[in-house]
Amino acid sequence: MQEIFNIFVKSIFVDNMVFAYFLGMCSYLAVSKTVQTSVGLGIAVIFVLGITVPVDYLLNDYVLKPGALVWLDSGLADVDLSFLSFIVFIAIIASMVQLVEMIVEKFSPALYSSLGIFLPLIAVNCAILGGSLFMQEREYQTLAQATSFGLGSGVGWFLAIVGIAAIREKIRYSNVPAPLRGLGITFIITGLMGIAFMSFLGIKL
Amino acid sequence: MSTAKQEKEPLFSPKNKKLLTSPINLNNPITVQVLGICSALAVTAKLKPAFVMAVSVVVVTALANVIISMLRNGIPPRIRIIVQLVVIAALVILVDQVLKAFVYDVSKQLSVFVGLIITNCIIMGRLEAFAMGNKVWPSLLDGIGNGLGYGLILLIVGFVRELFGSGTLWGYNVIPAGAFEIGYMNNGFMILPPMALIIVGIIIWIQRSKNPELFEEN
Repeated sequence: MQEIFNIFVKSIFVDNMVFAYFLGMCSYLAVSKTVQTSVGLGIAVIFVLGITVPVDYLLNDYVLKPGALVWLDSGLADVDLSFLSFIVFIAIIASMVQLVEMIVEKFSPALYSSLGIFLPLIAVNCAILGGSLFMQEREYQTLAQATSFGLGSGVGWFLAIVGIAAIREKIRYSNVPAPLRGLGITFIITGLMGIAFMSFLGIKL
Repeated sequence: MSTAKQEKEPLFSPKNKKLLTSPINLNNPITVQVLGICSALAVTAKLKPAFVMAVSVVVVTALANVIISMLRNGIPPRIRIIVQLVVIAALVILVDQVLKAFVYDVSKQLSVFVGLIITNCIIMGRLEAFAMGNKVWPSLLDGIGNGLGYGLILLIVGFVRELFGSGTLWGYNVIPAGAFEIGYMNNGFMILPPMALIIVGIIIWIQRSKNPELFEEN
């Protein structure tokens, strides 16, 4: 239990998707103009990461890993399908996003209208594919660990985008040098936020 | 289509040349179009992985552009995203296997970022914006141009970070030993992830102050 909690906290602060690995930067820069929209996108990312990482974990464990097909037939023990993982993961992500979109539309129209256009955008957000690939690389032992990693990364991404959106709302009133306006200053602020987040590196989990 | 229109354009007509060169500066995918930042920053602590990444992206953008441009009339618009993703994913698997076979150590350093070329928005963006509506040859040039524009920024960032962070370039020492004796120190901060962002911020600053038409509102 403690292990699971550690992974959760670690993936929010220490291994933050944005500040430590620069994942999901495209939508991070494009959608962070106001706090309201970035909250919507952030929640959608938590949602999708929390679903795709465990699903990809199961697939990796039972289909793709070397020797994973043993449960089908003991003769398949040395089959290694891991070279297929990119294409399988991206297909799962694209179809999961579609599925989540349909389910949310059916059962919670209010949430659907607030997530709106963000759900389909998420299929090409590198944070989502990155979550699955990191899960594969770090070899989490149980489904619970993989799930808490997925959710934690989502929360970390959420914090990052809401933070930058709040700063960008304020910076509109400052006198930034003209060539640096917009994109340039956002990069530099993100760098400074990353330096602040590095203080969490000292935490031993 | 009338036959008069099909008159053959020379391979490197001014229009085609522009396709190749404009993404390198005025229409740079990273600093102007803001695409594909994710992988650009994570692999640039050293020059060598940055170079390998840049070459991989040039190959994938160029080939994906060519393939999609050949298929463009046969792809039903509703499922084009899936088709594009499958083409890109297949190419990235090829690149990944080649890297594992020939430069295993770099491939280990790049870790998940080779896979993340799939969701690199430059590639999707070029397919969607260019290859879906243009012939094969211009698409190839556009792909190579955008890949090079991306690679250029990667190499600049990698150069600065490795030179000031480790005092080496491509793994060779370039700062003379005498400099360390009189008190020069490597700036360990350059190796850390946030500095990549700040360096790109500065590149944008320099580029825009030279090209005032790129200024943005806050």
